[in-house]
Amino acid sequence: MEVLAYLIPISLFLGGVGLMAFVYTVRSNQYDDPEGDARRILSDEWDDKPKP
Amino acid sequence: MTAQLSSGTAACPGCIATPAEPARPIPEDVQIALSLPGIHCSACIANVERELNAHPGVEDARVNLTLKRAMIKAAPETRAADLIPVLERAGYEAHELDPGALSATQADKAGRDLLMRLAVAGFASMNVMLLSVSVWSGATDATRDMFHWISAAIALPAIAFSGQPFFANAWSALRVRRLNMDVPIVLAILLALVTSLWETALSGKHAYFDAALTLTFFLLAGRYLDYRTRAAARSAAEELTALEVPRAIRLVDGVEQEVSVTSLAVGDLVLVRPGGRMPVDGQIVSGTSELDRSLLTGETLPIFAEAGLVVSAGEVNLTGPLTIRATAVGEDTSLHRMADLVAIAESGRSRYTSLADKAAKLYAPGVHILSALSFVGWYIYSGDVRTALNIAAAVLIITCPCALGLAVPAVTTAASGRLFRKGMLIKHATALERLAEVDTVVFDKTGTLTSGTPELTNLGDHSRADLEVALALAEASSHPLSVSLAKSARDAGIKPARVEDVVEVPGYGTEGTYRGQLVRLGRAGWTGGDEGNQTAAWLAIAGQTPAAFLFADSLRPGAAEAVHAFRDAGKEVILISGDTKGAVQALAGKLGIETWISEALPQDKAAHVQALSDKGRHVLMVGDGLNDTAALAAAHVSISPASALDAARVASDIVLLGNDLSPIADACDTAVKATKRIRENFRIATVYNIIAVPLAVAGLATPLIAALAMSTSSITVSLNALRLR
Repeated sequence: MEVLAYLIPISLFLGGVGLMAFVYTVRSNQYDDPEGDARRILSDEWDDKPKP
Repeated sequence: MTAQLSSGTAACPGCIATPAEPARPIPEDVQIALSLPGIHCSACIANVERELNAHPGVEDARVNLTLKRAMIKAAPETRAADLIPVLERAGYEAHELDPGALSATQADKAGRDLLMRLAVAGFASMNVMLLSVSVWSGATDATRDMFHWISAAIALPAIAFSGQPFFANAWSALRVRRLNMDVPIVLAILLALVTSLWETALSGKHAYFDAALTLTFFLLAGRYLDYRTRAAARSAAEELTALEVPRAIRLVDGVEQEVSVTSLAVGDLVLVRPGGRMPVDGQIVSGTSELDRSLLTGETLPIFAEAGLVVSAGEVNLTGPLTIRATAVGEDTSLHRMADLVAIAESGRSRYTSLADKAAKLYAPGVHILSALSFVGWYIYSGDVRTALNIAAAVLIITCPCALGLAVPAVTTAASGRLFRKGMLIKHATALERLAEVDTVVFDKTGTLTSGTPELTNLGDHSRADLEVALALAEASSHPLSVSLAKSARDAGIKPARVEDVVEVPGYGTEGTYRGQLVRLGRAGWTGGDEGNQTAAWLAIAGQTPAAFLFADSLRPGAAEAVHAFRDAGKEVILISGDTKGAVQALAGKLGIETWISEALPQDKAAHVQALSDKGRHVLMVGDGLNDTAALAAAHVSISPASALDAARVASDIVLLGNDLSPIADACDTAVKATKRIRENFRIATVYNIIAVPLAVAGLATPLIAALAMSTSSITVSLNALRLR
């Protein structure tokens, strides 16, 4: 059962990473144009990074 | 943003380099918003962005396909009028949007806030659920206690953050001594946390941290769905408002200045070009023209306008430029004064209680009494506060309205999405429920059942020679009657005669010389015709009696289908119009509407609707004009087309985006179905409670049973809602 001492912090840390990633995507407007982003990936004129 | 308002009116790309007049110095870049209704694919995005970015002055253009919109950052002197032709040449329809009216959509803080809370509740509940599953599958003693403590450490801060909307709502209800759906929710969450902490401290077997978190998560999901539906409708409604960029041309010492309507003051001279709408109330100082008042009064006959005539904001100038002196601006114009009438009429409608509120009224006291009774009963039976409190908490958690919180938003989201695809915008949260109850439909005529564009009715009565002359004269004017006449004649294969020196006399008509003789096409009084009560243009050729071209307002597509569908569904259809008796009677006959009222003033319309409501009828009002606004607000539920005045759209619950009226009857069907689904969902939720509550009261419920009951009922309810799509 000693393995729990590692596994529980790891699972909590991974959950926290997921939450942080989600918060980052919301903050950087990545859900403003879901339909457009789905199509842009097919375009040759790719962007270096999402524009504000 | 202000720079685009300040320059002149020329609309060629060359003017960017040399502005027509010195613009006020604005240091920063302008934001231009364009609506692009036609874009749909990745090639469209690439093309539009390439065209816009290639245009001088544009610094950055970004297309949003979801909103079908382009946001452009450009140098101060760039104007939307220069960019629209660029896109139109590339084959994309584009309209300018007023960035001021859109600002609320861009900063969608409330939605983002709710999404963040939903995410925190979701992540926390997943982690706690993981720990809970280990407890349920047999963790004991120190391991169980440790898992419970870790769950508590996650659940307490997570609920403190994500439960805030419920806490705030419950508090605001309790402060005025009322109960709403949020009071039992908050009580259940808090009681679950308190008893679980207590149990954990005493190393007890059951803790409800996972239940408290899943509850928060499901309820937030319901809230978020509800919010999204209304935000989508709101942003589309905002876009309609933003399409009418509020600008006017102010004359200062004879120099034209394009300014925003809000900056006009009483006493300003305002130039209104043909086709433009009066921005303010005022009096005509110079110019002659004709005015279309149909949006204000419902009359289809244009009225003659000359110096001295008093005009109201919202009227459309048809033929010649008019200069008016403003007598009332902004909030004081007759357009805005109508808002008072609307406010009075609306107070009656706010009495409607939604199905969700009705359910909450039954539900909230019910669960409180049930949980209190089980506490008292178990305390008397066992004499142990801890057991009694545990059971009371279990009852509250199991009865907690997870499914009830999802029952309504899931259905309205599905139904609104379906109607949106058909071109209808549901603006009000309870509009669908009210639409389902409708038994009487009141239509306005001009602009609603008819499209507001005249159609020539007696082409065959005229000789070919007459038609050729009339066509030549009609093509020289942009008056709606001339445009319609020219179109009908061209469609019939008529070629214009050689008429020379054609000039338009604003307010009267067009005249020219044909084979050395004066020919005129225009108003009855000017051409020697008889003034009748039907819309007509007269052709006068010297030596002949003037010939009348008669016009009728053309039916809006889908109008006949909508009226028939309503009659087939057993609903009473009534036509109330401000137009003359003849015109209303003719249209009523054509559509088979038996009850009609003509020459109705705005107050009359509202009074008729009110009288019907007093008789217990549920009235659906469909109208577009300012004269309909009060009636729209007084009706049980109201619909206006997108072409309606802003005031009418604001007063109505549903906006029809397309030109076609037939989706209205469909919408009633969908609304009935949606209400049925909502009731079904309530029943499903009740069935779960009937099964689970006795278990909880008997003290047999475990956190596992609570989690199962909660999740299955929420998922069934959502799936049932999806059947509507």
